[in-house]
Amino acid sequence: MGQNELLQKLAECVEFGKVNKTAPYPPAMKGQDGADELTRQALEMGIKPSEILNDALIFAMDKVGEKFSQKKIFVPQMLISAKAMNTAMEHLKPYFQSGEVKRKGKFIIGTVSGDLHDIGKNLVAMIVEGAGWEVIDLGVDVDAGKFKTAIGENPDAVVGLSALLTTTMPNMQKIVGEIKAQYPNVKLIIGGAPVNDEFRSEIGADGYSPDPQSAVAYLNALVA
Amino acid sequence: MKTITQEIQSGKLMVSDGAWGTFLQQMGLQPGECPESWNLKYPDRVLEIAQSYIDAGSDMIETNSFGGNAFKLSMFGLEDKVYEINEAAARISRKAAGSNRHVLGSIGPTGKMLMMGDVTYEQLYEAFKTQAMGLEAGGADALVVETMTDLEEATAAVRACRDNTSCEVICTMTFDKSPDGSFFTMMGVSPADLVPAMIDAGANIIGANCGNGMENMIGIVNEIRAIDPEIPVLVHANAGAPVYKNGETVFLETPDQMAQFTPLLIDAGANIIGGCCGTTPDHIRKIVEVVKLKTV
Ligand code: B1M
Repeated sequence: MGQNELLQKLAECVEFGKVNKTAPYPPAMKGQDGADELTRQALEMGIKPSEILNDALIFAMDKVGEKFSQKKIFVPQMLISAKAMNTAMEHLKPYFQSGEVKRKGKFIIGTVSGDLHDIGKNLVAMIVEGAGWEVIDLGVDVDAGKFKTAIGENPDAVVGLSALLTTTMPNMQKIVGEIKAQYPNVKLIIGGAPVNDEFRSEIGADGYSPDPQSAVAYLNALVA
Repeated sequence: MKTITQEIQSGKLMVSDGAWGTFLQQMGLQPGECPESWNLKYPDRVLEIAQSYIDAGSDMIETNSFGGNAFKLSMFGLEDKVYEINEAAARISRKAAGSNRHVLGSIGPTGKMLMMGDVTYEQLYEAFKTQAMGLEAGGADALVVETMTDLEEATAAVRACRDNTSCEVICTMTFDKSPDGSFFTMMGVSPADLVPAMIDAGANIIGANCGNGMENMIGIVNEIRAIDPEIPVLVHANAGAPVYKNGETVFLETPDQMAQFTPLLIDAGANIIGGCCGTTPDHIRKIVEVVKLKTV
Protein backbone atom coordinates (compact mmCIF):
# COMPACT_ATOMS: atom_id res chain seq x y z
CA MET A 1 0.00 0.00 0.00
CA GLY A 2 1.31 3.46 -0.89
CA GLN A 3 1.53 6.35 1.55
CA ASN A 4 -1.49 8.14 0.17
CA GLU A 5 -3.61 5.05 0.12
CA LEU A 6 -2.65 4.28 3.71
CA LEU A 7 -3.53 7.78 4.90
CA GLN A 8 -6.80 7.59 3.04
CA LYS A 9 -7.64 4.25 4.68
CA LEU A 10 -6.76 5.67 8.10
CA ALA A 11 -8.99 8.66 7.47
CA GLU A 12 -11.84 6.29 6.63
CA CYS A 13 -11.31 4.40 9.89
CA VAL A 14 -11.66 7.64 11.85
CA GLU A 15 -14.58 8.85 9.79
CA PHE A 16 -16.55 5.62 10.25
CA GLY A 17 -15.26 4.75 13.72
CA LYS A 18 -13.16 1.66 13.08
CA VAL A 19 -10.99 1.59 16.20
CA ASN A 20 -8.95 -1.57 15.63
CA LYS A 21 -9.00 -4.86 13.79
CA THR A 22 -11.05 -6.74 16.40
CA ALA A 23 -13.64 -3.97 16.84
CA PRO A 24 -17.07 -5.17 15.66
CA TYR A 25 -18.12 -1.67 14.61
CA PRO A 26 -18.82 -0.69 11.85
CA PRO A 27 -20.06 -4.05 10.55
CA ALA A 28 -19.08 -3.15 6.97
CA MET A 29 -15.39 -2.96 8.00
CA LYS A 30 -15.34 -6.18 10.00
CA GLY A 31 -11.96 -7.90 10.14
CA GLN A 32 -10.12 -5.01 8.49
CA ASP A 33 -7.28 -3.08 10.06
CA GLY A 34 -8.46 -0.15 12.16
CA ALA A 35 -7.05 3.22 13.24
CA ASP A 36 -4.78 1.41 15.68
CA GLU A 37 -3.03 -0.84 13.16
CA LEU A 38 -2.94 1.66 10.31
CA THR A 39 -1.34 4.42 12.41
CA ARG A 40 1.38 2.01 13.45
CA GLN A 41 1.94 1.00 9.82
CA ALA A 42 2.06 4.62 8.72
CA LEU A 43 4.75 5.40 11.27
CA GLU A 44 6.72 2.28 10.27
CA MET A 45 6.51 3.41 6.68
CA GLY A 46 8.14 6.67 7.71
CA ILE A 47 5.22 9.03 7.25
CA LYS A 48 5.70 12.09 9.45
CA PRO A 49 3.50 12.24 12.57
CA SER A 50 2.32 15.73 11.63
CA GLU A 51 1.28 14.47 8.21
CA ILE A 52 -0.66 11.56 9.73
CA LEU A 53 -2.39 13.99 12.05
CA ASN A 54 -3.32 16.60 9.47
CA ASP A 55 -3.96 14.57 6.34
CA ALA A 56 -5.74 11.64 7.96
CA LEU A 57 -6.99 12.33 11.48
CA ILE A 58 -7.98 16.00 11.40
CA PHE A 59 -9.15 15.67 7.82
CA ALA A 60 -11.49 12.87 8.92
CA MET A 61 -12.72 14.61 12.08
CA ASP A 62 -13.61 17.68 10.03
CA LYS A 63 -15.82 15.49 7.88
CA VAL A 64 -17.35 13.92 10.97
CA GLY A 65 -18.05 17.36 12.44
CA GLU A 66 -19.68 18.44 9.20
CA LYS A 67 -21.94 15.39 9.02
CA PHE A 68 -22.83 15.80 12.69
CA SER A 69 -23.94 19.38 12.25
CA GLN A 70 -26.09 18.37 9.27
CA LYS A 71 -27.59 15.60 11.43
CA LYS A 72 -26.48 12.92 9.01
CA ILE A 73 -24.78 11.19 11.93
CA PHE A 74 -25.52 11.36 15.66
CA VAL A 75 -23.77 11.25 19.01
CA PRO A 76 -22.96 7.52 18.98
CA GLN A 77 -21.15 7.79 15.63
CA MET A 78 -19.41 10.97 16.78
CA LEU A 79 -18.15 9.28 19.94
CA ILE A 80 -16.90 6.21 18.14
CA SER A 81 -15.01 8.40 15.65
CA ALA A 82 -13.47 10.34 18.52
CA LYS A 83 -12.43 7.02 20.03
CA ALA A 84 -10.75 5.96 16.79
CA MET A 85 -8.94 9.31 16.66
CA ASN A 86 -7.85 8.89 20.26
CA THR A 87 -6.46 5.44 19.55
CA ALA A 88 -4.42 6.83 16.67
CA MET A 89 -3.20 9.72 18.83
CA GLU A 90 -1.80 7.27 21.39
CA HIS A 91 0.74 6.21 18.74
CA LEU A 92 1.60 9.78 17.79
CA LYS A 93 1.94 11.15 21.31
CA PRO A 94 5.46 9.80 21.96
CA TYR A 95 6.70 11.78 18.94
CA PHE A 96 5.09 14.97 20.10
CA GLN A 97 6.40 14.43 23.61
CA SER A 98 9.95 13.39 22.67
CA GLY A 99 10.69 16.73 21.11
CA GLU A 100 10.91 15.24 17.67
CA VAL A 101 8.08 17.67 17.09
CA LYS A 102 9.01 20.83 18.98
CA ARG A 103 6.70 21.88 21.85
CA LYS A 104 5.41 25.40 21.43
CA GLY A 105 4.08 25.90 24.94
CA LYS A 106 1.51 24.67 27.42
CA PHE A 107 -2.25 24.73 27.10
CA ILE A 108 -4.57 24.07 30.04
CA ILE A 109 -8.11 23.11 29.05
CA GLY A 110 -11.29 22.17 30.88
CA THR A 111 -15.08 22.22 30.67
CA VAL A 112 -16.49 24.70 33.21
CA SER A 113 -18.23 23.78 36.45
CA GLY A 114 -21.71 22.31 36.14
CA ASP A 115 -21.03 21.19 32.58
CA LEU A 116 -20.27 17.57 31.70
CA HIS A 117 -19.97 17.85 27.92
CA ASP A 118 -16.50 16.85 26.83
CA ILE A 119 -16.61 15.63 23.24
CA GLY A 120 -15.75 19.04 21.77
CA LYS A 121 -13.25 19.83 24.51
CA ASN A 122 -11.45 16.53 23.90
CA LEU A 123 -11.24 17.21 20.18
CA VAL A 124 -9.75 20.63 20.85
CA ALA A 125 -7.26 19.06 23.28
CA MET A 126 -6.21 16.42 20.74
CA ILE A 127 -5.82 18.84 17.88
CA VAL A 128 -3.95 21.43 19.94
CA GLU A 129 -1.65 18.67 21.16
CA GLY A 130 -1.16 17.53 17.60
CA ALA A 131 -0.23 21.08 16.67
CA GLY A 132 2.73 20.87 19.02
CA TRP A 133 1.45 22.11 22.36
CA GLU A 134 1.68 20.30 25.68
CA VAL A 135 -1.91 19.90 26.83
CA ILE A 136 -2.99 19.72 30.45
CA ASP A 137 -6.57 18.47 30.41
CA LEU A 138 -8.47 19.16 33.64
CA GLY A 139 -11.56 17.26 32.50
CA VAL A 140 -15.18 18.34 33.02
CA ASP A 141 -16.98 20.24 35.78
CA VAL A 142 -13.84 22.27 36.49
CA ASP A 143 -14.21 25.16 38.95
CA ALA A 144 -12.09 28.31 39.29
CA GLY A 145 -10.02 26.76 42.07
CA LYS A 146 -8.87 23.85 39.90
CA PHE A 147 -8.01 26.19 37.01
CA LYS A 148 -6.04 28.45 39.35
CA THR A 149 -4.12 25.54 40.88
CA ALA A 150 -3.13 24.38 37.39
CA ILE A 151 -2.09 27.92 36.43
CA GLY A 152 -0.06 28.19 39.65
CA GLU A 153 1.84 25.06 38.59
CA ASN A 154 2.18 26.21 34.95
CA PRO A 155 2.38 29.98 35.03
CA ASP A 156 3.24 30.31 31.32
CA ALA A 157 0.32 28.26 30.10
CA VAL A 158 -2.54 29.55 27.96
CA VAL A 159 -5.92 28.54 29.37
CA GLY A 160 -8.96 27.29 27.43
CA LEU A 161 -12.49 27.02 28.79
CA SER A 162 -15.31 25.11 27.15
CA ALA A 163 -19.07 25.38 27.85
CA LEU A 164 -21.95 23.70 26.02
CA LEU A 165 -24.91 24.85 28.08
CA THR A 166 -26.40 28.32 28.23
CA THR A 167 -26.89 27.56 31.91
CA THR A 168 -23.14 27.14 32.49
CA MET A 169 -22.14 30.30 30.63
CA PRO A 170 -22.48 32.29 33.89
CA ASN A 171 -20.02 29.84 35.48
CA MET A 172 -17.61 30.52 32.63
CA GLN A 173 -17.94 34.23 33.31
CA LYS A 174 -17.25 33.70 37.01
CA ILE A 175 -14.21 31.52 36.37
CA VAL A 176 -12.74 33.98 33.85
CA GLY A 177 -13.24 36.77 36.39
CA GLU A 178 -11.56 34.86 39.19
CA ILE A 179 -8.61 33.80 37.06
CA LYS A 180 -8.09 37.33 35.74
CA ALA A 181 -8.26 38.74 39.27
CA GLN A 182 -5.41 36.52 40.42
CA TYR A 183 -3.46 36.13 37.15
CA PRO A 184 -4.17 39.22 35.03
CA ASN A 185 -1.55 38.28 32.43
CA VAL A 186 -2.70 34.76 31.70
CA LYS A 187 -4.25 34.45 28.24
CA LEU A 188 -7.74 32.93 28.30
CA ILE A 189 -9.63 31.55 25.32
CA ILE A 190 -13.18 30.26 25.32
CA GLY A 191 -15.18 27.98 23.06
CA GLY A 192 -18.27 25.78 22.82
CA ALA A 193 -21.48 25.91 20.80
CA PRO A 194 -23.45 28.59 22.73
CA VAL A 195 -20.61 31.09 23.26
CA ASN A 196 -19.53 33.74 20.77
CA ASP A 197 -17.19 36.68 20.42
CA GLU A 198 -19.66 39.10 21.92
CA PHE A 199 -19.86 36.97 25.05
CA ARG A 200 -16.05 36.81 25.11
CA SER A 201 -15.75 40.57 25.22
CA GLU A 202 -18.53 40.80 27.80
CA ILE A 203 -16.70 38.51 30.23
CA GLY A 204 -13.18 39.76 29.51
CA ALA A 205 -11.61 36.67 27.96
CA ASP A 206 -8.83 37.17 25.40
CA GLY A 207 -9.90 34.90 22.59
CA TYR A 208 -12.93 33.08 21.21
CA SER A 209 -12.52 29.99 19.03
CA PRO A 210 -15.47 28.51 17.20
CA ASP A 211 -13.44 25.39 16.37
CA PRO A 212 -10.17 23.62 17.22
CA GLN A 213 -8.37 25.01 14.17
CA SER A 214 -8.96 28.59 15.24
CA ALA A 215 -7.79 27.74 18.77
CA VAL A 216 -4.56 26.47 17.24
CA ALA A 217 -4.26 29.60 15.11
CA TYR A 218 -4.72 31.77 18.19
CA LEU A 219 -2.14 29.82 20.19
CA ASN A 220 0.40 29.73 17.38
CA ALA A 221 0.08 33.47 16.88
CA LEU A 222 1.07 33.97 20.52
CA VAL A 223 4.42 32.26 19.98
CA ALA A 224 5.07 33.37 16.40
CA MET B 1 -60.93 8.80 39.10
CA LYS B 2 -60.69 7.78 35.43
CA THR B 3 -57.23 7.12 34.06
CA ILE B 4 -55.75 9.65 31.65
CA THR B 5 -56.12 7.14 28.84
CA GLN B 6 -59.82 6.67 29.65
CA GLU B 7 -60.40 10.42 29.68
CA ILE B 8 -58.71 10.74 26.28
CA GLN B 9 -60.70 7.84 24.91
CA SER B 10 -63.88 9.59 26.00
CA GLY B 11 -62.81 12.46 23.75
CA LYS B 12 -61.22 14.87 26.22
CA LEU B 13 -58.37 17.20 25.28
CA MET B 14 -56.18 17.66 28.31
CA VAL B 15 -53.76 20.30 29.57
CA SER B 16 -50.65 19.47 31.54
CA ASP B 17 -48.40 21.84 33.51
CA GLY B 18 -45.39 24.06 32.74
CA ALA B 19 -41.76 24.30 33.85
CA TRP B 20 -40.50 23.45 37.31
CA GLY B 21 -36.74 24.03 37.07
CA THR B 22 -36.89 27.67 36.05
CA PHE B 23 -39.59 28.24 38.70
CA LEU B 24 -37.40 26.75 41.44
CA GLN B 25 -34.59 29.09 40.41
CA GLN B 26 -36.86 32.08 40.79
CA MET B 27 -37.68 30.87 44.29
CA GLY B 28 -34.01 30.84 45.20
CA LEU B 29 -32.58 27.51 44.03
CA GLN B 30 -28.86 28.14 43.64
CA PRO B 31 -26.71 26.94 40.73
CA GLY B 32 -25.17 23.65 41.81
CA GLU B 33 -27.92 22.98 44.36
CA CYS B 34 -29.95 19.76 44.04
CA PRO B 35 -33.51 20.69 42.94
CA GLU B 36 -34.99 17.47 44.33
CA SER B 37 -33.53 18.11 47.79
CA TRP B 38 -36.14 20.86 48.11
CA ASN B 39 -38.86 18.23 48.47
CA LEU B 40 -37.44 17.54 51.92
CA LYS B 41 -35.98 20.98 52.73
CA TYR B 42 -38.66 23.35 51.45
CA PRO B 43 -41.83 21.36 50.70
CA ASP B 44 -43.92 24.54 51.02
CA ARG B 45 -42.12 26.25 48.14
CA VAL B 46 -42.46 23.16 45.94
CA LEU B 47 -46.15 23.00 46.84
CA GLU B 48 -46.53 26.60 45.74
CA ILE B 49 -45.34 25.67 42.22
CA ALA B 50 -47.64 22.65 42.06
CA GLN B 51 -50.56 24.75 43.27
CA SER B 52 -49.91 27.52 40.75
CA TYR B 53 -50.38 25.07 37.88
CA ILE B 54 -53.53 23.58 39.39
CA ASP B 55 -54.83 27.15 39.75
CA ALA B 56 -53.95 27.82 36.11
CA GLY B 57 -56.25 24.98 35.08
CA SER B 58 -53.92 22.01 34.51
CA ASP B 59 -55.65 18.63 34.40
CA MET B 60 -52.41 17.03 35.53
CA ILE B 61 -49.21 18.20 37.19
CA GLU B 62 -45.74 16.74 37.39
CA THR B 63 -43.53 16.23 40.41
CA ASN B 64 -40.20 17.79 41.38
CA SER B 65 -38.27 14.61 40.70
CA PHE B 66 -36.74 14.96 37.21
CA GLY B 67 -33.21 14.25 38.46
CA GLY B 68 -34.36 11.97 41.28
CA ASN B 69 -32.47 8.86 40.21
CA ALA B 70 -29.57 7.34 42.13
CA PHE B 71 -27.00 8.45 39.53
CA LYS B 72 -27.91 12.12 39.59
CA LEU B 73 -28.60 12.23 43.34
CA SER B 74 -25.19 10.69 44.04
CA MET B 75 -23.64 13.91 42.75
CA PHE B 76 -25.08 15.52 45.88
CA GLY B 77 -24.44 12.61 48.25
CA LEU B 78 -28.16 11.82 48.30
CA GLU B 79 -28.11 8.38 46.64
CA ASP B 80 -29.42 6.76 49.83
CA LYS B 81 -32.50 8.97 49.79
CA VAL B 82 -33.88 8.12 46.35
CA TYR B 83 -37.11 6.53 47.58
CA GLU B 84 -37.74 9.16 50.27
CA ILE B 85 -37.13 12.13 47.94
CA ASN B 86 -39.42 10.75 45.24
CA GLU B 87 -42.13 9.83 47.71
CA ALA B 88 -42.01 13.37 49.09
CA ALA B 89 -42.13 14.83 45.56
CA ALA B 90 -45.30 12.92 44.72
CA ARG B 91 -46.91 13.68 48.09
CA ILE B 92 -46.46 17.42 47.51
CA SER B 93 -47.99 17.34 44.02
CA ARG B 94 -50.84 15.13 45.21
CA LYS B 95 -51.61 17.64 47.95
CA ALA B 96 -52.06 20.34 45.29
CA ALA B 97 -53.88 18.09 42.81
CA GLY B 98 -56.44 16.70 45.22
CA SER B 99 -58.31 13.59 44.17
CA ASN B 100 -59.58 14.61 40.75
CA ARG B 101 -56.45 15.80 38.93
CA HIS B 102 -53.59 13.58 37.86
CA VAL B 103 -50.08 13.50 39.30
CA LEU B 104 -47.35 12.49 36.85
CA GLY B 105 -44.19 11.37 38.60
CA SER B 106 -41.31 12.85 36.59
CA ILE B 107 -38.43 10.55 35.65
CA GLY B 108 -35.55 12.10 33.69
CA PRO B 109 -32.41 10.56 32.19
CA THR B 110 -29.48 9.46 34.34
CA GLY B 111 -26.83 11.30 32.30
CA LYS B 112 -24.97 8.00 31.83
CA MET B 113 -24.42 6.55 28.39
CA LEU B 114 -25.02 2.86 27.87
CA MET B 115 -23.08 2.80 24.59
CA MET B 116 -19.95 4.14 26.28
CA GLY B 117 -20.09 1.41 28.91
CA ASP B 118 -20.78 3.98 31.68
CA VAL B 119 -23.48 1.69 33.10
CA THR B 120 -25.32 -1.53 32.38
CA TYR B 121 -28.97 -1.88 31.40
CA GLU B 122 -29.62 -3.67 34.72
CA GLN B 123 -28.14 -0.78 36.72
CA LEU B 124 -30.37 1.68 34.90
CA TYR B 125 -33.42 -0.53 35.44
CA GLU B 126 -32.75 -0.79 39.18
CA ALA B 127 -32.27 2.97 39.51
CA PHE B 128 -35.55 3.72 37.72
CA LYS B 129 -37.36 1.02 39.69
CA THR B 130 -36.57 2.62 43.06
CA GLN B 131 -37.56 6.03 41.75
CA ALA B 132 -40.83 4.77 40.25
CA MET B 133 -41.82 2.94 43.43
CA GLY B 134 -41.14 6.02 45.55
CA LEU B 135 -43.29 8.15 43.25
CA GLU B 136 -46.19 5.71 43.34
CA ALA B 137 -46.00 5.43 47.13
CA GLY B 138 -46.22 9.23 47.39
CA GLY B 139 -49.41 9.31 45.33
CA ALA B 140 -48.51 9.53 41.63
CA ASP B 141 -51.13 7.86 39.42
CA ALA B 142 -48.98 8.14 36.29
CA LEU B 143 -45.25 8.24 35.61
CA VAL B 144 -43.67 10.32 32.88
CA VAL B 145 -40.31 9.14 31.57
CA GLU B 146 -39.13 12.32 29.85
CA THR B 147 -36.37 14.15 27.98
CA MET B 148 -35.02 10.81 26.84
CA THR B 149 -32.66 10.62 23.85
CA ASP B 150 -31.52 6.99 23.91
CA LEU B 151 -33.98 4.21 23.12
CA GLU B 152 -32.37 1.69 25.45
CA GLU B 153 -32.34 3.98 28.47
CA ALA B 154 -35.96 4.91 27.78
CA THR B 155 -36.81 1.21 27.53
CA ALA B 156 -35.17 0.49 30.88
CA ALA B 157 -37.17 3.30 32.49
CA VAL B 158 -40.53 2.40 30.94
CA ARG B 159 -40.12 -1.28 31.80
CA ALA B 160 -39.11 -0.45 35.37
CA CYS B 161 -42.30 1.63 35.72
CA ARG B 162 -44.51 -0.99 34.06
CA ASP B 163 -43.13 -3.99 35.98
CA ASN B 164 -43.05 -2.45 39.43
CA THR B 165 -46.00 -0.07 39.71
CA SER B 166 -49.62 0.04 38.63
CA CYS B 167 -49.29 3.62 37.33
CA GLU B 168 -50.06 4.66 33.76
CA VAL B 169 -46.76 5.12 31.94
CA ILE B 170 -45.92 8.01 29.62
CA CYS B 171 -42.70 8.32 27.64
CA THR B 172 -41.47 11.45 25.88
CA MET B 173 -38.24 12.11 24.04
CA THR B 174 -36.49 15.30 22.99
CA PHE B 175 -36.18 15.77 19.23
CA ASP B 176 -34.23 18.27 17.14
CA LYS B 177 -35.09 19.23 13.58
CA SER B 178 -32.65 18.18 10.84
CA PRO B 179 -31.90 20.40 7.88
CA ASP B 180 -34.21 18.19 5.78
CA GLY B 181 -37.11 18.80 8.16
CA SER B 182 -37.23 15.37 9.80
CA PHE B 183 -36.77 14.90 13.55
CA PHE B 184 -34.20 12.94 15.56
CA THR B 185 -32.96 12.84 19.13
CA MET B 186 -29.26 13.54 19.58
CA MET B 187 -28.71 9.78 19.69
CA GLY B 188 -30.40 9.40 16.32
CA VAL B 189 -33.85 8.13 17.38
CA SER B 190 -36.81 9.25 15.25
CA PRO B 191 -40.45 9.54 16.40
CA ALA B 192 -41.16 6.50 14.24
CA ASP B 193 -38.56 4.50 16.21
CA LEU B 194 -39.89 5.71 19.53
CA VAL B 195 -43.52 4.67 19.19
CA PRO B 196 -43.30 0.90 18.60
CA ALA B 197 -40.37 0.48 21.00
CA MET B 198 -42.15 2.24 23.87
CA ILE B 199 -45.49 0.55 23.29
CA ASP B 200 -43.63 -2.73 23.38
CA ALA B 201 -41.95 -1.73 26.66
CA GLY B 202 -45.35 -0.97 28.16
CA ALA B 203 -46.02 2.75 27.71
CA ASN B 204 -49.65 3.93 27.49
CA ILE B 205 -48.95 7.43 26.21
CA ILE B 206 -46.14 8.65 23.94
CA GLY B 207 -44.86 12.08 23.07
CA ALA B 208 -42.20 14.75 22.93
CA ASN B 209 -40.87 17.32 25.39
CA CYS B 210 -38.34 20.15 25.70
CA GLY B 211 -36.81 20.99 22.31
CA ASN B 212 -37.05 24.31 20.55
CA GLY B 213 -40.63 25.48 20.92
CA MET B 214 -44.19 24.74 20.03
CA GLU B 215 -43.96 25.01 16.24
CA ASN B 216 -41.56 22.07 15.84
CA MET B 217 -43.87 19.92 17.95
CA ILE B 218 -46.43 19.98 15.15
CA GLY B 219 -44.02 18.19 12.81
CA ILE B 220 -43.13 15.69 15.52
CA VAL B 221 -46.77 14.86 16.24
CA ASN B 222 -47.34 14.43 12.49
CA GLU B 223 -44.52 11.88 12.39
CA ILE B 224 -45.97 10.00 15.35
CA ARG B 225 -49.49 10.02 13.90
CA ALA B 226 -48.23 8.80 10.53
CA ILE B 227 -47.29 5.51 12.09
CA ASP B 228 -49.85 5.26 14.91
CA PRO B 229 -53.25 6.95 14.69
CA GLU B 230 -54.44 5.57 18.04
CA ILE B 231 -51.82 6.00 20.75
CA PRO B 232 -52.50 8.96 23.08
CA VAL B 233 -49.93 11.72 22.46
CA LEU B 234 -48.55 14.19 25.02
CA VAL B 235 -46.53 17.31 24.17
CA HIS B 236 -44.53 19.39 26.66
CA ALA B 237 -42.96 22.20 24.62
CA ASN B 238 -40.33 24.74 25.68
CA ALA B 239 -41.16 28.41 25.43
CA GLY B 240 -38.88 28.55 22.39
CA ALA B 241 -35.17 27.76 22.21
CA PRO B 242 -32.92 28.73 25.13
CA VAL B 243 -31.18 32.08 24.72
CA TYR B 244 -28.42 33.44 26.91
CA LYS B 245 -29.03 36.98 28.08
CA ASN B 246 -27.41 39.03 30.85
CA GLY B 247 -26.12 36.10 32.82
CA GLU B 248 -29.10 33.79 32.51
CA THR B 249 -30.88 31.41 30.17
CA VAL B 250 -34.16 32.82 28.96
CA PHE B 251 -37.00 31.48 26.84
CA LEU B 252 -38.74 34.09 24.78
CA GLU B 253 -41.92 32.50 23.45
CA THR B 254 -44.83 34.35 25.06
CA PRO B 255 -48.06 32.76 26.31
CA ASP B 256 -49.84 34.20 23.27
CA GLN B 257 -47.31 32.77 20.84
CA MET B 258 -47.58 29.32 22.40
CA ALA B 259 -51.35 29.54 22.44
CA GLN B 260 -51.37 30.40 18.75
CA PHE B 261 -49.80 27.05 17.84
CA THR B 262 -52.05 25.05 20.16
CA PRO B 263 -54.96 24.49 17.71
CA LEU B 264 -52.51 23.31 15.04
CA LEU B 265 -51.00 20.88 17.50
CA ILE B 266 -54.43 19.54 18.38
CA ASP B 267 -55.32 19.18 14.70
CA ALA B 268 -52.09 17.24 14.17
CA GLY B 269 -53.33 14.80 16.77
CA ALA B 270 -51.97 15.77 20.20
CA ASN B 271 -54.22 14.80 23.13
CA ILE B 272 -52.38 16.40 26.04
CA ILE B 273 -50.59 19.75 25.84
CA GLY B 274 -48.33 21.37 28.38
CA GLY B 275 -45.03 23.18 28.73
CA CYS B 276 -41.40 22.47 29.46
CA CYS B 277 -38.44 24.84 30.07
CA GLY B 278 -39.40 28.50 30.33
CA THR B 279 -43.17 28.04 30.47
CA THR B 280 -45.13 29.54 33.36
CA PRO B 281 -48.66 29.36 34.79
CA ASP B 282 -49.48 32.23 32.39
CA HIS B 283 -48.54 30.06 29.42
CA ILE B 284 -50.69 27.25 30.79
CA ARG B 285 -53.64 29.57 31.41
CA LYS B 286 -53.54 30.63 27.75
CA ILE B 287 -53.34 27.05 26.53
CA VAL B 288 -56.31 26.15 28.76
CA GLU B 289 -58.33 28.96 27.14
CA VAL B 290 -57.55 27.73 23.65
CA VAL B 291 -58.28 24.11 24.52
CA LYS B 292 -61.64 25.11 26.02
CA LEU B 293 -62.58 26.93 22.80
CA LYS B 294 -61.51 23.91 20.79
CA THR B 295 -63.67 21.62 22.94
CA VAL B 296 -66.98 23.55 22.77
C1 B1M C 1 -10.97 26.54 24.79
O1 B1M C 1 -11.13 26.67 23.41
C2 B1M C 1 -12.13 26.03 22.82
C3 B1M C 1 -12.22 26.18 21.45
C4 B1M C 1 -13.20 25.56 20.72
C5 B1M C 1 -14.12 24.77 21.39
C6 B1M C 1 -14.04 24.60 22.77
C7 B1M C 1 -13.05 25.23 23.52
N1 B1M C 1 -15.04 23.79 23.15
C8 B1M C 1 -15.70 23.45 22.06
N2 B1M C 1 -15.16 24.03 20.98
C9 B1M C 1 -15.48 23.93 19.56
O2 B1M C 1 -14.71 22.89 19.00
C10 B1M C 1 -15.44 21.67 18.98
C11 B1M C 1 -15.11 20.88 17.76
O3 B1M C 1 -15.48 21.57 16.60
C12 B1M C 1 -16.88 22.08 19.06
O4 B1M C 1 -17.35 21.50 20.24
P1 B1M C 1 -18.89 21.12 20.45
O5 B1M C 1 -18.98 20.52 21.79
O6 B1M C 1 -19.70 22.30 20.12
O7 B1M C 1 -19.12 20.00 19.34
C13 B1M C 1 -18.81 18.63 19.54
C14 B1M C 1 -17.69 18.22 18.63
C15 B1M C 1 -20.06 17.84 19.23
N3 B1M C 1 -21.15 18.23 20.09
C16 B1M C 1 -21.35 17.69 21.30
O8 B1M C 1 -20.61 16.86 21.76
C17 B1M C 1 -22.63 18.08 22.00
C18 B1M C 1 -23.75 17.31 21.33
C19 B1M C 1 -25.06 17.31 22.05
C20 B1M C 1 -25.98 16.34 21.30
C21 B1M C 1 -25.05 16.87 23.54
C22 B1M C 1 -24.45 15.73 24.12
C23 B1M C 1 -23.55 14.83 23.34
C24 B1M C 1 -24.68 15.35 25.47
N4 B1M C 1 -25.51 15.99 26.34
CO1 B1M C 1 -26.28 17.74 26.03
N5 B1M C 1 -25.81 17.73 24.22
C25 B1M C 1 -26.20 18.82 23.49
C26 B1M C 1 -25.67 18.76 22.11
C27 B1M C 1 -26.66 19.07 21.00
C28 B1M C 1 -26.02 19.22 19.65
N6 B1M C 1 -26.58 18.57 18.69
O9 B1M C 1 -25.05 19.91 19.53
C29 B1M C 1 -26.73 20.00 24.22
C30 B1M C 1 -25.54 20.93 24.33
N7 B1M C 1 -27.09 19.44 25.51
C31 B1M C 1 -28.13 20.03 26.07
C32 B1M C 1 -28.71 19.68 27.32
C33 B1M C 1 -29.94 20.47 27.74
C34 B1M C 1 -28.17 18.65 28.13
N8 B1M C 1 -27.13 17.83 27.77
C35 B1M C 1 -26.88 16.94 28.80
C36 B1M C 1 -26.19 15.74 28.70
C37 B1M C 1 -25.58 15.29 27.53
C38 B1M C 1 -24.92 13.92 27.38
C39 B1M C 1 -24.23 13.43 28.66
C40 B1M C 1 -25.99 12.91 27.03
C41 B1M C 1 -23.99 14.17 26.14
C42 B1M C 1 -22.57 14.60 26.53
C43 B1M C 1 -21.57 13.48 26.41
C44 B1M C 1 -20.19 13.99 26.58
N9 B1M C 1 -19.35 13.14 27.11
O10 B1M C 1 -19.83 15.10 26.23
C45 B1M C 1 -27.54 17.37 30.06
C46 B1M C 1 -26.60 18.27 30.89
C47 B1M C 1 -25.45 17.52 31.52
C48 B1M C 1 -24.44 18.50 32.08
N10 B1M C 1 -24.59 18.91 33.32
O11 B1M C 1 -23.56 18.90 31.38
C49 B1M C 1 -28.72 18.18 29.49
C50 B1M C 1 -29.13 19.29 30.46
C51 B1M C 1 -29.86 17.21 29.17
C52 B1M C 1 -30.68 16.79 30.35
N11 B1M C 1 -31.89 17.27 30.34
O12 B1M C 1 -30.22 16.09 31.20
C53 B1M C 1 -28.65 21.15 25.19
C54 B1M C 1 -28.20 22.54 25.69
C55 B1M C 1 -29.31 23.56 25.70
C56 B1M C 1 -28.87 24.78 26.44
N12 B1M C 1 -29.71 25.30 27.29
O13 B1M C 1 -27.81 25.27 26.28
C57 B1M C 1 -28.07 20.72 23.80
C58 B1M C 1 -27.87 21.89 22.83
C59 B1M C 1 -29.07 19.69 23.24
C60 B1M C 1 -30.41 20.30 22.89
N13 B1M C 1 -30.69 20.49 21.61
O14 B1M C 1 -31.22 20.59 23.73
C61 B1M C 1 -16.84 23.61 19.11
O15 B1M C 1 -17.84 24.20 19.90
